[in-house]
Amino acid sequence: MKVAVDIKNLTQDYDSVVVLNDLSFSVMKGEFFILIGPNGSGKTTLMKTMAGILKLRKGTLEIMGRPIGSFKQKELARHLAFVPQQLPEDIPFSVMEVLLMGRFPHLGLLGLEGKDDMDIVENAMKFTNTSHLSMRRLSQLSGGELQRVYIARALCQEPDIILLDEPTAFLDLAHQIQIMDLLENLKKEKGVTVIMVSHDVNLAAMYGDRLILMKDGGAVKQGMPEEVLTFSALEKTYGCVLLVDKSSLGKFPRVTPVPKKFINMIDRQKSGMS
Amino acid sequence: MPNLLKRILLVSFFLSIILLFAVFLGLLAGSTKIDPADVIRILFNRGDSTPDSIIWHIRFPRVILAALVGATLSLGGLVFQAILRNPLAEPYILGISGGSAIGAIIGILMGFARFPGVFFCAFAGSMTTLVFVLFMGSGGAYLKKDSLLLSGVILNAFCSAIITFLISMSHDHKIHNILFWLMGDLSLADMRQAGILLLLVFPCFIMIFRFSNSMNLLVMGKELARTMGVNTTLITLSLLVTTSLMVSATVSYCGLLGFVGLVMPHLLRMILGPDHRVLVPACIIGGGSYMIICDLLARTIPEQGEIPTGVITAMIGAPLFIFLLKRSRK
Repeated sequence: MKVAVDIKNLTQDYDSVVVLNDLSFSVMKGEFFILIGPNGSGKTTLMKTMAGILKLRKGTLEIMGRPIGSFKQKELARHLAFVPQQLPEDIPFSVMEVLLMGRFPHLGLLGLEGKDDMDIVENAMKFTNTSHLSMRRLSQLSGGELQRVYIARALCQEPDIILLDEPTAFLDLAHQIQIMDLLENLKKEKGVTVIMVSHDVNLAAMYGDRLILMKDGGAVKQGMPEEVLTFSALEKTYGCVLLVDKSSLGKFPRVTPVPKKFINMIDRQKSGMS
Repeated sequence: MPNLLKRILLVSFFLSIILLFAVFLGLLAGSTKIDPADVIRILFNRGDSTPDSIIWHIRFPRVILAALVGATLSLGGLVFQAILRNPLAEPYILGISGGSAIGAIIGILMGFARFPGVFFCAFAGSMTTLVFVLFMGSGGAYLKKDSLLLSGVILNAFCSAIITFLISMSHDHKIHNILFWLMGDLSLADMRQAGILLLLVFPCFIMIFRFSNSMNLLVMGKELARTMGVNTTLITLSLLVTTSLMVSATVSYCGLLGFVGLVMPHLLRMILGPDHRVLVPACIIGGGSYMIICDLLARTIPEQGEIPTGVITAMIGAPLFIFLLKRSRK
């Protein structure tokens, strides 16, 4: 299997604050790879570094077998698309116009889109179920619709890899699953490598082929969901009491954070027994 | 042919008709009455009579100069609004024009010719203020919109003080001319000036059109634009320098014409939508027409003599600025 992203000894520090610390991992082509970890563990910095927004400080980062620094901006955008955490919505463009912007890295010198570009945009809209929104302004969309539109825009770049920074944050349960199913289809039908950050460890367990658990800019553990989402690794990383059992849906773990009142109750039962 | 290209050509065609109409009005109006039929005859068949000379030596260069200045300042506003992601940005409001006016006055007082001496001084002045505006306006994203305008207001006040200082300190007999020029003056136009200005600003127009699609992506924010393939640093820098250059060129010939960069971009955006590939040519042609009309008003409103064109542009533009500011706060 070919490697899509290969990171070795990546260290990103800013004014002596180390955000990423000697991080190494690789993502295979066609894999659904999910980054989890507490706030401030460096997930967003890692995403922005992979997306080519932040400069590489120390270590190596290869995209599709080539150092990221060897790509021209447009060239990188043909291999890799990014959906940020904060999606701009206060812009005057329509959904259709935003999707056409996704064709930018493929356009010629004049910067005018042709019929092929329109076809690609229409397919991306069909795939993400956003065709009915094409004439709407971004400010008129709901959270789930906005997320789908930005994923469609990323698809228009025809990338090998798509990076998403918490695409399910701020969404209700139905829309979370909708987005995650969409990403899974993307991987299955188009063979796109999906790399995303998630705050929801249960979603990560259900959809991720492999996960990386991060803390303080380093990797605590990486591997299949059942290898990473263990009671000891999670408690050490998040610093709270968690219950890890098997999901009734399949052979992946289910994580339940335990509220304090239940911990107190167990303590009381124990002292009552003795 | 792609739809977009059709749209660009169609919009340019319609605005060109308006421009031609404005040019014709500009040639028609003035203290000496010349019949419309005569104007047309003189345009196609130049003679030696006084009306011929008025049309060709006085009114025609003035109309051309007005069109070039209007095109440049409108386009300048459009570029600043896109790059700074601020609907109220404009060369005059940001203090860029003021900075280049200081440079130009220093050039004039030192006895340089309008080109290249005064122009280079004006360019240096505008680049200096640009660096200041960007420096003062940078910082937290939340504060950015207002702090950018505020720094522009402060820079403008500072520039006015320096200009007044320079004028007070000099004992030049041309002071009245400088004051008139400062308020935006097109009355000294001749064909040579218009020609030099055309040579300076036309390459800038082409350059900006070349980057118009990148400007669309920059509106989405720098980070996102980068990941979509825009070399943001290079393009932002090129656009800012190009815009300063062409604005300085107009300032060194015609002084300060405020708020021009606000009126046309907003009007055209309302009608044509936000795509810069359409807006760039539209601002060039539409901005030219707008300035010809403003200059026409400046020449014809007073019974005798004329008022500086900058007075007219400010009287139209400043209320619009207040309206836009109010709306953007909603």
